[in-house]
Amino acid sequence: MLELQNILKSFTGADGRHDVVNNVSLSVGKGDIYGIIGASGAGKSTLLRTINLLERPDSGEVWLEGVDLTKLGKRELRLARGQIGMIFQHFHLIENRTVYDNISFPLEIAGVPKKERRERILESLAIVDLQDKVLVYPAKLSGGQKQRIAIARALVARPKLLLCDEPTSALDPDTTGQILRFLQDINRKLHITIVIVSHEMEVVGSICSKVSLMERGVIAETLDLAERKQHEPKSQIAKLLFNHGQEAKEVDYAYGLLRAND
Amino acid sequence: MLTDFFGPTIELWPEILHALGQTGYMMMFAMGIAALAGIPLGTLLYLIRPGSLAQQPRLYAVLDTAVNILRSFPFLILLIVLIPITRFIVGTAIGTTAVIVPLAISAIPDFARLIEQTLLEVNRGVIQAAEAMGASTFQIVTKVLYREARSGIVSTCTIISINFLSFSTVAGLVGGGGIGDFAIRYGYYRYQLDVMAFTVALIVIIVQIIQSTGNYLVRRLDKRH
Ligand SMILES: Nc1ncnc2c1ncn2[C@@H]1O[C@H](COP(=O)(O)OP(=O)(O)OP(=O)(O)O)[C@@H](O)[C@H]1O
Ligand SMILES: [Mg+2]
Repeated sequence: MLELQNILKSFTGADGRHDVVNNVSLSVGKGDIYGIIGASGAGKSTLLRTINLLERPDSGEVWLEGVDLTKLGKRELRLARGQIGMIFQHFHLIENRTVYDNISFPLEIAGVPKKERRERILESLAIVDLQDKVLVYPAKLSGGQKQRIAIARALVARPKLLLCDEPTSALDPDTTGQILRFLQDINRKLHITIVIVSHEMEVVGSICSKVSLMERGVIAETLDLAERKQHEPKSQIAKLLFNHGQEAKEVDYAYGLLRAND
Repeated sequence: MLTDFFGPTIELWPEILHALGQTGYMMMFAMGIAALAGIPLGTLLYLIRPGSLAQQPRLYAVLDTAVNILRSFPFLILLIVLIPITRFIVGTAIGTTAVIVPLAISAIPDFARLIEQTLLEVNRGVIQAAEAMGASTFQIVTKVLYREARSGIVSTCTIISINFLSFSTVAGLVGGGGIGDFAIRYGYYRYQLDVMAFTVALIVIIVQIIQSTGNYLVRRLDKRH
């Protein structure tokens, strides 16, 4: 559903030009949870941000369901962005809006009438299980709750694709697990394709179906964690990820059984 | 002691009230005009800044310099320089209404700069999140920037209105009246120091009231903590 073709993005700093994303191509299938992992400064965030053109690539194409986003005009691009949700490491909620009004924001932009907005906001809040926080301001929420509100805000627009930039890096391990389960649920129940950037192996290993390893602007290796037997991991990270992925999947499976029982 | 202090002013109360009315009138209209021009101008400066949402580095450089030049004009000089323009707009360069023109114009560049600074404090990440959701620049300004910066905007209005109170004192020179002019007329020209002291105390109280109201609103509007 999403194809990046030969994405090139460079920044010019005091010490010259850097190719932060260097000729990257990748393909995300419908229903995937696609991970991009790599060291700090590898260019993961920059690559993710080219998908909704927050960062316009110097060259290359971004195809989303048969449309090249880089060719769209301003207005069309805004409409296309309405179908791509995004969540961030530091949540980026509007601090002077209540939880309700934060989730309302994407709908206001899209011109959804007030009555329908209300229904959809409450529906989104129910998905992240925070109905009791409707009238609270973000400053009064914990990090995990803020991220859940950010997820609800992304979901309310009914996106096809959800981009996540280090969604759990500001959270403790328990909260991380909780957020990852929400993401997994969203993927399974609402059939939303997810691209997730992280430097934490646990994150990527536990929920991703495919993972690309990024190193200094290029994709070094792509692994299909769902069909792990088919190919041998080359790099050290890939090996770790493989084994870890397996364990994490087992943990996740066990968790699923626990949940089914209660 | 107390009667000494209030004694000479009792018969002046009608005049004091009249002067207060003139000050209020000047401040309100000057504030309205300055806000109507200063907020959009400050927003424009923010938006066209290099690296911002609608960057126009050349235009920014021009406006930036213009704002700096206008800000460095002493009010008294501006008042005189603007006489032809004031006469054109109001029909006369003398009187309370006429003073509103230089008062408002002198505040526009300050207002714009303070608004620009306030908007710069809004978290870039929040703005990018709004962009990622497909918001237009106009929607970002009205629904995100002004919302996040609202307490800063109120602070700006507080600062500007207190400036007006002090600038309007000079207005007496062109027959503008007002409480500051009253203090000068009685205290300086007629050597009634007690009247002047009383009036200055009154002005101090007014400044306090404006500042406290501003602070209260800022606290009420800021939900960031
Ligand atoms: N707007 C910009 N201007 C200049 N350089 C930039 C800009 N954005 C990113 N870079 C540089 O590009 C490189 C990659 O940045 P990026 O944020 O994509 O890395 P990352 O893999 O997401 O790292 P992290 O894990 O730390 O978030 C960094 O060296 C960064 O300094
Ligand atoms: Mg990053």
